[in-house]
Amino acid sequence: MNAPGKPPAKTRFDTIGKPRRRVDGRAKAIGELRFADDLVLPRMLHAKLLRSPHPHAVIESIDAARARAHPGVHLVLTGDEFPVPYGIMPVAQDEHALARGKVRFVGDPVAAVIAADEHTAAAALELIDVSYRPLDTIASPEEGLAKPEPRIHDYGEQGNIHRNQAYEFGDVEAALAKSAHVFEDLFFYEGNTHLPMEQQAALASIEGDGKLLLASSTQNPHYLHRQLARVLQMPAARIRVIATPNGGGFGGKCDPGNHEFVVAKAALVLGRPVKICLTREEVFYQHRGRHPVLMKFRTGVDARGKLTAVHLQTLLDGGAYGSHGPASTFYTGVLTPVTYELPRFKFEACRVFTNKPACGPKRGHGTPQPRFGQEVQLDKIAVKLGLDPAELRLSMVTKPDSLTASWLRVGSTGLAQCIHKVVEMSGWKARRGKLGAGRGLGLACSAYMCGAGVSIYWNKMPHSAVQLLLDRSGQVTVYCGATELGQGSDDVLASLVAEALGIDPGWIRCVTGDTGITPIDLGSYSSRVTIMMGNAALQAAGKVREQLAAAAAEQLNTLPERVVFSQDRVFAGENPGNTMTFVEAVALAETKFGTISAVGSYAPPKAPGKYKGAGVGPSPAYSFSACVIETEVDAKTGWVTVPKVWIAHDIGRALNPVLARGQVIGGVYMGLGEALMEEQAFRRLPPKLSGALVHRTPSILEYKSLTSLDMPEVEVALIEDPDPNCPYGAKEVGQGPLLPVMPALANAVYDAVGVRVDEVPITPDKVLRALEKKAKGELPRVGPESFPAVPYPQATFVLPPSEGGDGSEAKEGRKAA
Amino acid sequence: MNRVRMTLRVNGEEQEVLFATYKTLLEVLREELNLTGTKHGCELGECGACAVLVDGEPVLSCLELALQCEGRDIQTVEGLARGTELHPLQAAFADCGGSQCGYCTSGMLMTAKALLDKEPAPSRERIKEAISGNLCRCTGYQQIWEAIEQAAQRLRTEAKA
Repeated sequence: MNAPGKPPAKTRFDTIGKPRRRVDGRAKAIGELRFADDLVLPRMLHAKLLRSPHPHAVIESIDAARARAHPGVHLVLTGDEFPVPYGIMPVAQDEHALARGKVRFVGDPVAAVIAADEHTAAAALELIDVSYRPLDTIASPEEGLAKPEPRIHDYGEQGNIHRNQAYEFGDVEAALAKSAHVFEDLFFYEGNTHLPMEQQAALASIEGDGKLLLASSTQNPHYLHRQLARVLQMPAARIRVIATPNGGGFGGKCDPGNHEFVVAKAALVLGRPVKICLTREEVFYQHRGRHPVLMKFRTGVDARGKLTAVHLQTLLDGGAYGSHGPASTFYTGVLTPVTYELPRFKFEACRVFTNKPACGPKRGHGTPQPRFGQEVQLDKIAVKLGLDPAELRLSMVTKPDSLTASWLRVGSTGLAQCIHKVVEMSGWKARRGKLGAGRGLGLACSAYMCGAGVSIYWNKMPHSAVQLLLDRSGQVTVYCGATELGQGSDDVLASLVAEALGIDPGWIRCVTGDTGITPIDLGSYSSRVTIMMGNAALQAAGKVREQLAAAAAEQLNTLPERVVFSQDRVFAGENPGNTMTFVEAVALAETKFGTISAVGSYAPPKAPGKYKGAGVGPSPAYSFSACVIETEVDAKTGWVTVPKVWIAHDIGRALNPVLARGQVIGGVYMGLGEALMEEQAFRRLPPKLSGALVHRTPSILEYKSLTSLDMPEVEVALIEDPDPNCPYGAKEVGQGPLLPVMPALANAVYDAVGVRVDEVPITPDKVLRALEKKAKGELPRVGPESFPAVPYPQATFVLPPSEGGDGSEAKEGRKAA
Repeated sequence: MNRVRMTLRVNGEEQEVLFATYKTLLEVLREELNLTGTKHGCELGECGACAVLVDGEPVLSCLELALQCEGRDIQTVEGLARGTELHPLQAAFADCGGSQCGYCTSGMLMTAKALLDKEPAPSRERIKEAISGNLCRCTGYQQIWEAIEQAAQRLRTEAKA
């Protein structure tokens, strides 16, 4: 018999692996699903935020008397009502729901009006008189490094440096000195934003029992719950957060938002429901998207092109607040050694505050930037050494069950299969370099984590928990704090429990994302839900199954371990004719044991690294992807067209291939947007206006993203090599497949017209500039030309596993090793 | 505030509604008639999430004043299903992965319906063109094209039967 709670091993599946309509598919197709802004309550009021027109200024005074007197206005809030700061990370509690003392970017919320309707609230915002004293502004990290004063925040490493860190795994300079070739390249990755179709919305109300209820389009109800308790100075048990189904998140709804605290506070003050929905322009200013990152790669290779060492330096433009910044800073480097064998690695990273909307986590969180750099550099290395870029990569993919130089444990890997697959699908060998003028193929690979190994706040409790409740009707209710963003987490939950209990997923009712009802799951971020929620669900289902099997075995005259659950029936394995319905089995179990319920929980395995900082990067498993992109480049206009994309993703096991394929194509889509057109960029207004740093394109029309007409056909291969740490072997698919897209595109542009654009987005003007350089006989490259002097700290030195040590910092004898 | 009382025909039913004259069709549908299946993503006519059919043509309801809709035939996602049975487009979106977060789905469905009403066998290029004003951030569009093709096939089969 299985150990308690251990899910039954299965080789044949009823549900898993079969293309299936997702459990919430019907509700979405009939317009029945209620998003946050679809919620309406009696006596509901509406909130609007007054936002700063200055990028950096001291608030000298706020006079809201006229707004308070405006007919229809119920309440005006300012920073005075929000003395307690918040932030998603314990080390970056640097935001207030409404600004106190100063504003840090154009769009920083300063005051809120709660009125009978949105129009009245908007009109009353105009009646709030705020007196600002403008301060000097910081527009870029380079400027932030050069100008330590005025400080945007009074915390951080120094001046306007928020985070600054350095790690070295083995003596990198020594390895570079011994390498056959050393390549040095600079790359720049422009910021971009999530642009979820749903604008953030939240509705706060006081429930009948006096508790606060906030229904919000949040990806992380648990973290929001904790932050609400902190900011509102209330016991968390008197607050309930419901994460409404998100109309897309992509990381943009991970941070607690100003608007959420404002409506919660207003509901508490007024005793009435208060709703807010951000305008699309406000969503651009709320942001928390991709950090602009400048990168320098110094990479050593041996005579056959295999990596000997990488020295990676990154410089992040953090925007005005901490957000996930401390984690983002790590992620611009820590996953670099997971894709290819890398004997030694040095990684220095610095995040600088600037007077722009805060950057944070977007699909791939910090990883797309260095992935772009490394994969384009590998292409250059292959060209220089006359190697096939696919073969070069195949020669050095990380091995299964190996440790990286930085002490990350790589478990299963299907990367080699992914590369073989895209090479085959795309006709790489026959077609690369032979497509004729203006047409090309590019290849790139990547790895991503299946959930962060540690929680955002330090604790040793489970990362996910699932509760199952069954009754004699045969109904199976599954409770979990995970949030449905569209990625299909409810379907994953239902399909895993259905498989474990041998029933159709349609029997199952999912109750998710409600801190008042569901056990805690940390949230829908970091590609963690399938693995962590899934393992918790299988543990709970395994316990329930044992009870059902014990009760059914008596009736079936067999042993519990021989009871089989399949196709809504329960039967004796040795005699399938000896059978009962699932409903009968539940009734027998309820008779024998009382109410049938079980909980399961999951915490990731302990990571091997012991040095300070080793907590970022470890994951129960890593997914891998390889991608080939075909381009057509118009030499007259610089326009890049993408006729076709081939991508293979090592998913471990596809629980529902329709959803898995959808995540892969969606990742390719978003990656192509980042590669070709999407930019969250800012410009200064002329000094005579204000010198403010304003968003260049805060509207969907001007912020370019791919339409249906721009999107190429994508051919997807799912590589299934089940991972033992994952539920039925299933790894992540939500984020990984985006990562190889940008570099594959850049490499395809090179194959097409022989120019390098070492920054994204690769817009026609940059392609044309590179082509002009090529025509003049200059280096045919557009990209960053210099890397500033960043005062990185002394690196934490750790010996790689292959060189001894135990994963701790080597305080002495560094060179002796 | 100027208000107007008007009869609107929505999904084949006449509804008397009182609304402020500045309200868009989107606002009247969502706020006065509680038909929240129609979504908004920008309220500036940029994203297509709010598309409904007016006299059979896809219209961005965030740009249309409700005042202009008197006597016209308005169709929203709530009127698409045939009783308890999903419209073939709805079934295909659910089965093919044409809907991930579901937020753009209503606008996509209504735009696709307008296409298939006029062109029962559109090419993939025509499908791409028809929905090019409806943005989707989740799917990468491909499973939407496939869903529309599957629905078109089923509608043609139904028409022959």
